[in-house]
Amino acid sequence: MRSDLDLELVGLTKRYGDTVAVDGIDHLFRTGSYVCLLGPSGCGKSSTLRMIAGHEAATDGAILLAGRDISHLPPAKRGTAMMFQNYALFPHLSVRDNVAFSLRMSGMPAAARHARAMELLELVDMTAFAPRLPAQLSGGQQQRVALARALITEPQVLLLDEPLSALDPFLRVRMRAELRRLQRELGITFLHVTHGQDEALALADEIVVMNDARIEQAGPAREVFDAPRTAFVARFIGAHNVIALAEGRIAIRSDELRLTAPQAARLEGRITGIEYQGTHVALTAAIAGDQEVTALLTDRDFFGAPKEPGEAVGLGWDDRAAHKLHA
Amino acid sequence: MTEQTASLDAPAAARAKPRRAPSRHAAGWLLAAPLAAVLGLFLVLPILMIAIVSFWGATEFSIYPAFQFDNYAFLFGSDVTYRVFGNTLKYALITWLFTLLIGFTVAYYLAFHIRSLTWQIALFLLCTIPFWTSNIIRMISWIPFLGREGIANSALLSWGVIDAPLDWLLFSDFSVILAFVHLYTLFMVVPIFNTMMRIDTSLIEAAVDAGATGWQVLWHVIVPLTKPGIMIGTIFVVTLVMGDFITVRFMSGSQSANVGRLISNDIGLLQYPSASATAVILLITVLMVIGILLRFVDIRKEL
Repeated sequence: MRSDLDLELVGLTKRYGDTVAVDGIDHLFRTGSYVCLLGPSGCGKSSTLRMIAGHEAATDGAILLAGRDISHLPPAKRGTAMMFQNYALFPHLSVRDNVAFSLRMSGMPAAARHARAMELLELVDMTAFAPRLPAQLSGGQQQRVALARALITEPQVLLLDEPLSALDPFLRVRMRAELRRLQRELGITFLHVTHGQDEALALADEIVVMNDARIEQAGPAREVFDAPRTAFVARFIGAHNVIALAEGRIAIRSDELRLTAPQAARLEGRITGIEYQGTHVALTAAIAGDQEVTALLTDRDFFGAPKEPGEAVGLGWDDRAAHKLHA
Repeated sequence: MTEQTASLDAPAAARAKPRRAPSRHAAGWLLAAPLAAVLGLFLVLPILMIAIVSFWGATEFSIYPAFQFDNYAFLFGSDVTYRVFGNTLKYALITWLFTLLIGFTVAYYLAFHIRSLTWQIALFLLCTIPFWTSNIIRMISWIPFLGREGIANSALLSWGVIDAPLDWLLFSDFSVILAFVHLYTLFMVVPIFNTMMRIDTSLIEAAVDAGATGWQVLWHVIVPLTKPGIMIGTIFVVTLVMGDFITVRFMSGSQSANVGRLISNDIGLLQYPSASATAVILLITVLMVIGILLRFVDIRKEL
């Protein structure tokens, strides 16, 4: 359902000289949702985010937030706030002053802005660190401070530029749960740029996959994962096989591929690799047309009927599991 | 680290280690020795010598080793000393103000308005062009420009801005400070530019994102983060101006004095003990100024 507060991009374009970074994309971000802009580096996702934030001028097109065109407003007047990739905390200011920075710029008296900053630090569980300098904090703590600083302006849309990429894997998983919790609590739109599909799947209500300056596919996370529309999306989101058949190319999730007797199979192949992954076994097989597919079998299935590399196998799948690709 | 890996790698290496350690120590001392010798011979020794001579005595035609405070007593008893030190500090302060203003602006322009590295380097080299000639030539070349019949005066006269040539353009405090600023602005530009280049541009974006205006970004983000560079430039300029004597002599037409000229006059009269005493006091003054400056910024931390 559309709401008056939605963020909408209309024909948004960014050109640097002859190269097109963002090629006339249209999209509606529903308010209060967690959206991940997913794509490989150089696909235009960061440029899109920076145009929405106002740190880069759009070459063409419009950005509408809550019904007004914000594309010509300065960043602080847009109702957006940005959290930068490396957090961009002011190294010479204490945690509290970092969070209170925007209030100081707008001329709020010291006592009031410090009180408000402490409220925000409370929200991200960082009150104990208020007098410290950013250099005295760990990566995860710096990120919480950056979040508090962005949220103090009470934005309608929070823009996050690869917020988890600087953290170690363990902290990344914890922080993403934290981000999700905050977004639910605040009920505002989070627009999160990432190149990690696991991050996008874990966080997003909606995933927008970008490639080559365009939106390749957009939709709820499950829909994008279950039914990739293009070969690019299927490959980028991972855990899919793209198979060229006589009737066209299809995408099938690796865990939907089954081993069958060669006679009953839709495809015949020869096992080229077996990789034990704990709960699953990944089995790669070469099939006709010099293609390679991966079948993800549960450890029970595989060890019930173990196979050896070089063995011929048949591969089968349910019709509903195969998705025809459009490009 | 190395100890661990050595003992893990091979026991033989571990056994060989104690024999290697002292030689590595010696290598360190040897590597440091040449610089230490140069500094000791040509910096510490002369300064010690000056300090010693400052206690010697002098007559009109001779100097003799002694340990007396006559030179210092005369120095602190004389009115001239205070006026000349005051004048020196005045030159340093005004020159500092102008070099800081110009240096900061130039560095800001180079660091934040020039996007391409090639242009940054090109314009930076342009700043250094005046340094391709000697100090004295750069100074003397002001004289035909600023003199009574000089370019500046004749241009102003012909435009009708003034009726009579301006006398204060040359051989005045104005010309001395002009020359200082001209000579030493680059010493401000370089360290400030250096620290500015290390400012993460996303900090500026973050400030703009938080609603800071251009001036607010400058004052709340760029200036605080440029402080170490400003401090290093300040130390350069202040020490150079306070130790100078030739600029003041040329540009003031020997009408103004600073401490450097006081010392050079004494030396000209072969009054080495008196010159040494003045030099010691100047050294202490400069060190005190630097000490005060370092109170504001912890440069070791910033470098």
